[in-house]
Amino acid sequence: MRLSTFWYCLKQGVKNICRNIWFSLASAATISACIFLFCLFFSIIGNIQYMVQHVESTVGITVLFDETLPEEQILALGEQIGQRTEIKSMNYVSAQEAWDTFKTEYFAGHEELAEGFADDNPLAGSASYEIYLHDIEQQEGLVAYLEGLEGVRQVNYSNTTAAGFSSFNKMISLLSLVIIGVLLAVAVFLINNTISVAAAFRKQESQIMRLIGATNFMIRSPFIVEGVLIGLMGAVIPLIGMYFLYTRTVVYLMERFHILSNMLYFIPIEEIYPLMVGVALILGIGIGFFGSFFTIRKYLKV
Amino acid sequence: MIEISNINKTYETGNKALKDINIQIADGEFVFIMGRSGSGKSTLLKLLLKEAEPTSGRIVVNDMNLQKMPRRYVPKYRRRLGVVFQDFRLLKDRSVFENVAFAQRVVGASPRTIRESVPEMLKMVGLSAKYKMLPRQLSGGEQQRVAIARALINRPEVLLADEPTGNLDHQNAIEIMKLLKEINEGGTTVVVVTHSQEIVEQMGGRVITLERGRLISDEVKGGHSDET
Ligand SMILES: Nc1ncnc2c1ncn2[C@@H]1O[C@H](COP(=O)(O)OP(=O)(O)O)[C@@H](O)[C@H]1O
Ligand SMILES: [Mg+2]
Repeated sequence: MRLSTFWYCLKQGVKNICRNIWFSLASAATISACIFLFCLFFSIIGNIQYMVQHVESTVGITVLFDETLPEEQILALGEQIGQRTEIKSMNYVSAQEAWDTFKTEYFAGHEELAEGFADDNPLAGSASYEIYLHDIEQQEGLVAYLEGLEGVRQVNYSNTTAAGFSSFNKMISLLSLVIIGVLLAVAVFLINNTISVAAAFRKQESQIMRLIGATNFMIRSPFIVEGVLIGLMGAVIPLIGMYFLYTRTVVYLMERFHILSNMLYFIPIEEIYPLMVGVALILGIGIGFFGSFFTIRKYLKV
Repeated sequence: MIEISNINKTYETGNKALKDINIQIADGEFVFIMGRSGSGKSTLLKLLLKEAEPTSGRIVVNDMNLQKMPRRYVPKYRRRLGVVFQDFRLLKDRSVFENVAFAQRVVGASPRTIRESVPEMLKMVGLSAKYKMLPRQLSGGEQQRVAIARALINRPEVLLADEPTGNLDHQNAIEIMKLLKEINEGGTTVVVVTHSQEIVEQMGGRVITLERGRLISDEVKGGHSDET
């Protein structure tokens, strides 16, 4: 296709939009709402997942063994536990290491106070395994397994918010899918209407084009351009909004809840934004293209 | 060369618009198709434009069998025909120049071709001075000239005109007919549908007459157009 032909089609598409500006704006606004909500849920879900992952990597299960159990048997048990597939990583903390850590944490700066225990580790028998999981939701099952093992004295785990987060995430995903689905239907309906109005307006012109020998592609192009431009508008507006909303919200939350700052981890904008831009553009242009394409096929049978 | 052989056209409504029509039109001919309203004249042009399909029979235009033509070839085929209607069918929101240029734009002509050939065509139909005007600022005869310029801009081999003078007074009608004759003298085959006995008698030439879908006469009449 010639560049001049491309410009001509583009111009006709813009003309379509201007002639029917309110319908076009309504369509673009609906697509905007759709994509905005998508970006919003995408950010929320993405960030929660990000935090859960973070929590998962810092909160683990601690397994303590019977005090009389010799170290070789503890290590053998460790081998056995290590076979479980839900475990991402585990490390052994011997009684000595446990004591060393304890010393540096509680007698910080006054190590001489701990010297009295030098030859008699007060934490003898506190050898343990720290276990980290792939998925926090598998915690319950593993804990049950560990507690049933011969020689295990105690299993410490935090019934953390992480597991709750996960199911919250599922719920919000579902909700967003429903809302986005409804908005998508409304957007397609509006595009359909907009293009139908434009097609009625151009009916005579399309007919003349047909008789002059214009191809179907050429006859349909103003409408396709119209749809794609509306879709593009519908994608760009929420993307700009989302950029500011995201950066501001992250800053606000960090300030407001700085007590929780060791739990609040947000995906940096430069990591999440390109993904959002890609998906939003595909979504917007896709709705615009297919919405107009199928409408125009119905109206301009050639 | 246009060969129409044993053509029947029955619309879905059961209306028999054409019955066993046989016509041959040689390259460079000027032909009138006469007949009262409803006799099937427009239907015949529609079949030639491949806007409608015959119920039976065969149409061959310049060695192309229309019934065997693949769909995607239809636009290319239509570019070889020019068409003009009684109601002009101009784009109301565009200037004379744009109306003519439109026909080139939609077939993807280059801007240079458009800049060169549109003024040339407007000169031919005698509208060079009015290229900036909108259709509603022109008389009926002038509007039809714009439509003719648009039909000819892509250099078709055949020009089909469906009652091109139906909305015009006699003087304007004769002038449009003379223009069509001129175009024909340039080598284009011209087929003109009309129901005006007066015009046909004045212009003369080959006249095909339809009546209720049947061809009832195909004869050459002597014109006396130079006497007016
Ligand atoms: N699209 C159509 N559907 C049904 N009948 C039609 C259609 N177009 C034309 N006809 C009928 O076919 C006959 C011929 O019409 P037409 O070719 O338009 O005649 P003319 O152009 O000579 O006035 C008429 O009886 C008309 O009512
Ligand atoms: Mg007619």
